Amino acid sequence: MWKWLHSYADPQRAYRLSSTLLPWFSYLAFAFIAIGTVWGLLFAPSDYQQGDSYRIIFIHVPAASMSMTAYIAMASASFIGMVWQIKSADWVAASIAPVGAVMTFIALITGAAWGKPMWGTWWVWDARLTSELVLLFLYLGVISLYASFEDKVLAARAAGILAIVGVVNIPIIKYSVEWWSSLHQPSTIKIIEESTMSSDMLYPLLINIVGFGLLLGAITLLRFRTEILARNSMRSWVRELAQIEGAK
Amino acid sequence: MQFHNLSDFFNMGGYAFYVWLSYGVTFISFGLLIALSRYKKQKTFQDINKKTLREQLLKSRRSDIK
Repeated sequence: MWKWLHSYADPQRAYRLSSTLLPWFSYLAFAFIAIGTVWGLLFAPSDYQQGDSYRIIFIHVPAASMSMTAYIAMASASFIGMVWQIKSADWVAASIAPVGAVMTFIALITGAAWGKPMWGTWWVWDARLTSELVLLFLYLGVISLYASFEDKVLAARAAGILAIVGVVNIPIIKYSVEWWSSLHQPSTIKIIEESTMSSDMLYPLLINIVGFGLLLGAITLLRFRTEILARNSMRSWVRELAQIEGAK
Repeated sequence: MQFHNLSDFFNMGGYAFYVWLSYGVTFISFGLLIALSRYKKQKTFQDINKKTLREQLLKSRRSDIK
């Protein structure tokens, strides 16, 4: 089984697999986000305490949870790339980083826009908000480290070490609302117990979380393909493909 | 449907600015990221083609001298 998996480390096969998966991820992401957003904005009931301002939740929570999921995926890819010397894994990590950074940025902006009417302030330096900001800087660090070396094997190692060390921030974000007192509310979605949220609010939220996850996958695949091409520009199959695609 | 008419919907119970700011920033960011990623792909193809062309040119000149 592992031998079969390993064959996808071959750049050409990885490129072909990504090309097959990309349309599925794209269309499904679009469908899920469209349904979740329309449902959340138009059909979900108003909150009895927060009125219609709570509708920001349908993008804030998906973006925040995907910002952490993306980070774990990126750090895992870096780890695989470093331990087993699989270059494709390094390229996956490099492809996720910008998408994760945008997710984090969205989580911070929507959080601020929700905090202003509800808490009366755009920003406080409490544990949840600060650790999410640190996550953004970790992403930016990984992106700029990868960009600042001409030798991409070396670049992937430098960026990978930062990515792996930065994983320590993830549990801090996750449990910050339980460990320290915070303005931020604890999570309303629970995996084991019943969620503390009515189902006509919960369903559009879950749909958008899946949608954001699919979008994260789609953009990562798109960037991964570009990364494969750029790193294999001497190969004949890449050159032939470039002749066909570059003319468009 | 939670809203009675279109202006009610745009007003978002008085929270229009915050709600539309959030949704606006989100979809503009995604749009930009997708556009940039697609542009980068096209640019990579063109760069590879340029390199191929340059190498072919160098090769043909070398054979001219001989």
